[in-house]
Amino acid sequence: MTASAAPLPMPAGGRARPRRTIGWRTALPYVGIALIVLYCLAPFYWMLVSALRRPSEQFDTSFLPAHWSLDNFQAVFKHDNGFGRALLNSVVVAGTTTILTLIVGTFAAYALARLDFRGKNLALAVIIATSMFPGISLIVPLLKLFTQIHWINTYQAMIVPSLSFVLPLAVWNLTVFFRQMPFELEQAALIDGCTPTQAFRKVILPLAAPGLFTTAILAFIAAWNEFIIALTMVNRKEMQTATVTITKFTGATNFDQPFGTQMAAGVVVTIPLVIAVLIFQRRIIAGLTAGGVK
Amino acid sequence: MATTTNVPSSTVQTPGRPKSRRNEGTGRLAASLLSPTFIVLGLVVLYPIISAIRQSMFNSNNGLDENGFVVEGEKFVGLKNYTDIFTGDTAHRFWNAFYNTTFFTVVAVSIETLLGLAMALVMHRAFRGRGLVRASVLVPWAIPTAISGLLWAWIFNSDNGIANVILHKQVLWTTEGFHAKVAVIIADTWKTAPFIGLLVLAGLQIIPQEIYEAAKVDGARAWRQFRLITLPLVKPALLVAVLFRLLDTLRMFDLPYVLIGANKQSAETLTMLGYDQAQRLNYGPASAYAFILFLYVVVVAFMFVRILGADVIGTARAQRQPRAPRRPRTPAQKEVQPA
Repeated sequence: MTASAAPLPMPAGGRARPRRTIGWRTALPYVGIALIVLYCLAPFYWMLVSALRRPSEQFDTSFLPAHWSLDNFQAVFKHDNGFGRALLNSVVVAGTTTILTLIVGTFAAYALARLDFRGKNLALAVIIATSMFPGISLIVPLLKLFTQIHWINTYQAMIVPSLSFVLPLAVWNLTVFFRQMPFELEQAALIDGCTPTQAFRKVILPLAAPGLFTTAILAFIAAWNEFIIALTMVNRKEMQTATVTITKFTGATNFDQPFGTQMAAGVVVTIPLVIAVLIFQRRIIAGLTAGGVK
Repeated sequence: MATTTNVPSSTVQTPGRPKSRRNEGTGRLAASLLSPTFIVLGLVVLYPIISAIRQSMFNSNNGLDENGFVVEGEKFVGLKNYTDIFTGDTAHRFWNAFYNTTFFTVVAVSIETLLGLAMALVMHRAFRGRGLVRASVLVPWAIPTAISGLLWAWIFNSDNGIANVILHKQVLWTTEGFHAKVAVIIADTWKTAPFIGLLVLAGLQIIPQEIYEAAKVDGARAWRQFRLITLPLVKPALLVAVLFRLLDTLRMFDLPYVLIGANKQSAETLTMLGYDQAQRLNYGPASAYAFILFLYVVVVAFMFVRILGADVIGTARAQRQPRAPRRPRTPAQKEVQPA
């Protein structure tokens, strides 16, 4: 490349090089993009395709089903799987966790982002640090406690521990959102005679709605995907959440894992999230990268 | 009561004094706003950890005694649970789980970081198809880990699973053996490398283009630009991403539990070991395992922050804020707008 660029006069040389390389320089990123898309979507595609095969053709490895069929989906909702109830349980647990988190977290985030007080960084550091603790070190003592107070097989036994990782995530995200709003907003409100509380309620909160919404999506997804808490705190089938129920589907025999049904159930659990991701991708990415928390 | 009514009036009258008054008020306001969060975290995080430390020094007697009677209760055993874990009959199980956890963490996070960095560089260069790539990168992240465990169990299925078909081999992926570790690492990498890619991409997008132009004028080639500009400037975002992945992999449970199964030597992690003991109502040993993992996580996090200077709270990012308002107004979309 240098050899071919060298004979050209100096000023043109600067231009000639990009033009020569424009072929692969522009093409390469697109090849890369295609690889990334393939990497991310191929396993998901396989789940979808496997779910849409006839159960008798389960072990086909063609890239499109020979015969499209919804049999696997019907099998998912067969009564003895209890999958409908499991979905409802997931919605209740994840929904309640999200709402509680938003209510509690918004206040904290507002204080951390907009108020000037001593120990602010420490408070934020402590909140973030709590999200890094391994779940098992909370689950073991809570399991014992919940057994004593007869909370096993209840919604609150799943919701309360879930707060431990959803709340820090929400506080952190909301703090970043609140920080991005211009500080003149409260100053103007205070000059107009608002108390700090009123400034928060009447000026900041309505304007922070997009941030609240994004945080709600992230919190909901985090709680929806939760597994070990639901697995530990519940042993009655009717109270299990969807992620746990699916892994416990049984086939005709004990050694025959019903993958077709499980893939179909996986699709049912995942599709709402994928749709949410497609619609709100910008918001979600802004939230993820702002928070840096899973 | 008195303060809330006083503040506005004094703001109007004397501009100099109210500042200190308001700070007093804000301190109290901040405390009351923060207290619900701290109460909740105290109950669901602090209390359990303290309780785990206490519990780890007890052994439950639940079960039958020599005469066949049901005995309930606990007895204080001091550090016996710990000495049992490290040197007792079950020590090999602990060290195996410790090794697995560390192995998964080091190998998976290394691969994920390199792959994520590569993905971020590619995504940063692409000017078309960003929407598509952004949406598809979020798909592995959005799938519940337990479901992705099932998905990979299906892909790695020994009878005609797609992985074996593509490889033209008969690997019994999900049975005991090194291949089980490989399966877990592949599945984990698939799910989380794109996530690292996203975080790093956000870091790449705030590097001003002028720096690259200046470097080009100075004659720096692509590799030197990457090494001397991109890498140092993206380091804060990369370190935070790696730290979160490290801590997340150290407590890994869902994936090996669903993909390989419980009580499998090849894939048992520390969390799985603690869970297993808790299921058997051996709260003492379970708490000890949990607390050891807790300490392990704390030590890793501490070393990472101390040695590499990962800026988790984002004080550096907060300082960048003044630059933000120049871009479009909606706060939600600002961070990752295409540059």
